[in-house]
Amino acid sequence: MLQRIRGAPPRYWLVGVVVLFFVGFPTVISSFLASEWAQALILAIAIMGLNILVGYSGQLSLGHGAFMALGAYTSAILAHHFKMDIVATIPIAGLLTGLVGFVFGIPALRLSALYLALATFALAVVTPSLIKRPAGLTGGVQGIILTQPDPPGFAQSAYGFLTGTAMTSDQWIYYICLFCALILFWFAWNLVRHRPGRAMRAIRDGEVAAAASGVNIAGYKTLAFGISAFYAGIAGALFALATGFVSPDTFPVSLSIQLLVGAVVGGLASIPGPLLGAIFAYFLPIESSQWVPSQSWIPDQIASTVKNAGPAVTYGAVLILIMIFAPNGIVGLVYRGYVALNRRLRGAADRETGQMPPNPQTV
Amino acid sequence: MGRNAARLAAVAAFLVTLGACGGSPAPAAQTDVGITSNSILLGTTNALSGPAAAYGTIANAENAYFTYINGQGGVNGRKITFKIYDDAYNPAQTVPLTKQLVEQDQVFATFSGLGTQDQTSVRDYLNSKKVPQLFVATGATTFNKDFSSNPWTLGWQPPYQGESRIYAKDILQNHPNAKIGVLYQNDDYGQDYLKGLTDGLGASASLIVDKESFDVTAASPAAQLAKLKAANADTVFLFATPKPAVQSLVIITALHWTPTIYLNSVSNPQIYMAAAKKNGAALANVTSVSYIKDPTDPQWASDSGMQQYKTIIASCSTCKPDDGFNIYGVAVAYTMVDVLKQAGTNMTRKNVMDIAANRLNETNPFLLPGIKVKTASSDHFAIMQEQVITWNGTGWTLQGSIIDERGTLK
Repeated sequence: MLQRIRGAPPRYWLVGVVVLFFVGFPTVISSFLASEWAQALILAIAIMGLNILVGYSGQLSLGHGAFMALGAYTSAILAHHFKMDIVATIPIAGLLTGLVGFVFGIPALRLSALYLALATFALAVVTPSLIKRPAGLTGGVQGIILTQPDPPGFAQSAYGFLTGTAMTSDQWIYYICLFCALILFWFAWNLVRHRPGRAMRAIRDGEVAAAASGVNIAGYKTLAFGISAFYAGIAGALFALATGFVSPDTFPVSLSIQLLVGAVVGGLASIPGPLLGAIFAYFLPIESSQWVPSQSWIPDQIASTVKNAGPAVTYGAVLILIMIFAPNGIVGLVYRGYVALNRRLRGAADRETGQMPPNPQTV
Repeated sequence: MGRNAARLAAVAAFLVTLGACGGSPAPAAQTDVGITSNSILLGTTNALSGPAAAYGTIANAENAYFTYINGQGGVNGRKITFKIYDDAYNPAQTVPLTKQLVEQDQVFATFSGLGTQDQTSVRDYLNSKKVPQLFVATGATTFNKDFSSNPWTLGWQPPYQGESRIYAKDILQNHPNAKIGVLYQNDDYGQDYLKGLTDGLGASASLIVDKESFDVTAASPAAQLAKLKAANADTVFLFATPKPAVQSLVIITALHWTPTIYLNSVSNPQIYMAAAKKNGAALANVTSVSYIKDPTDPQWASDSGMQQYKTIIASCSTCKPDDGFNIYGVAVAYTMVDVLKQAGTNMTRKNVMDIAANRLNETNPFLLPGIKVKTASSDHFAIMQEQVITWNGTGWTLQGSIIDERGTLK
């Protein structure tokens, strides 16, 4: 056992450190910051789902915000109208959204990349209007207000024992999000290393070749859609929980774009990518819209333009820079840096040349 | 590899220890969060970007008024600091930003947060934290009507239902045989207006021959207006936000239709009328209501309130003085400062809320003469008076006298 632990590759240790970091983080930051990081984790889950679809199976979706809306509303309706425990509604919301995504995947199969992007985009555009229709169920434009759960006794006492302070519901929600994120990232990691993951990548890199090798193209494409929607549904349910309110305006088209930007910036077809992409996609707009106006050296006109155009300007600028300097996202950049560093340290003859190159990354 | 692992383990152990010893320090006991001996901290969320970015200037105008007051020594010696965050009109962003105002910035109160859905999304949170959510920038009737269940929330501007009751009164007095067609936005905003009109007409609600709804996301309300015309309506109500309202004015002319038009006050600022005119709207027989002085109206040129407004707004480089939203911002900020001044030495959230909800009685220099901002323990609607205005081709003309709807909404 000890031998196995000592022999584990360094990235396993890195995973351990990251997990410990996220577990310990809320104990050193304020309850408010914990609620912000919970949102980032939720985004990471949704982006992971999108990453399975876009990064691993090569299908483009501009409509994942709509799947998040479905998950959020499923959870909110179950909790509000049927008085279910809101935490218990999370898996139901995920499964229902996954099912809908699976069904949506069937016609989507027949569309090639660009048309699929348009179809999913239409889904994102039409969702806010669709939500308003059954007003009795969805609360129409007024939305549904949810009460955030108090931390249960065991969490209260564990947290109190560790930090000596009472746990707030924001902190409890953070841990729920972290728990879901850990399970779903672990699941994704297993998925992509095994048969379905290999099949999806084969389809992405060459459909004809994959079919010739006996891969069930239709099956795996719809499966990818279903799993991806499942992730978005869970993220949506957590989103409803963390925000305490769902309404049609909560899921604008820009949310779907934000998810895609996060996936691309983090690094497609990688497991840590979505986490980094989510942190980027969540904090960049907030920080930039609060940082730019506070800087007196930036001319008034530019500052007010940035302020009025909101996060879009910063998004655009950073996205262009990343596409130029790090086409494989943050993960690609880090990996390249790591390889270069290794070479420098160990001399030109790289000991690890025997290793397979990383997967080619495509959109 | 082994050394690496050991190092990582050490780091991990350190992080865990850090986690164990940490814990956010509890803020020092403070009877009045956000108040010091020389400052008052207020915060707001507004749509500085996004689909409703036109409203964003309100926050800047409010800030200009606070700067003006600070220049005169502040409120009883305390200077006002005003934190403005951009929620892009998206309730999902309003929630974390409001939490940031309350928990991180520790504001005394939120002031003039914009948008019905946005402010609804944080109403429960602010009430559970007992943080005043004062003078929200929306006319949704619920914010004043449901004061008893949300005693930390209060609106300021006349509620939409009150406004359409005034239209109903005007119809009953001046056009008792009108055939009314209603175009309303299919959301809480449009429905609020429609309810006020139907309630106000009472037994004469049958004057409404047809009502058509449209989605704010729809490209244009042309089909609905054609239906209203086909239903032989001779009076049309436009309960719509600025963009569809301007479109409707243009479409009505394009349909060769000349009904009497009632335009909701949200869409009546001069800039929108000018936009409609530029695109071919005839703008004949347009009626609306107002409660605020119009900065473009020459009759206020020598008015002391208007001159004060012009001085204040000059300090905001991005604010256009002619924009009706700016005088709105200055006027609501005036009421806020009035409340804080009245609180005097008893600067507690509870006392401020009590004054705003029950003991307000002010003459606001930026509102039409005769309008009182007033609340009592039995009535929490601050402004319930408005005056009918008609479009004269280049501007709005005040008609008759101020109509008081106080007491009609409970």
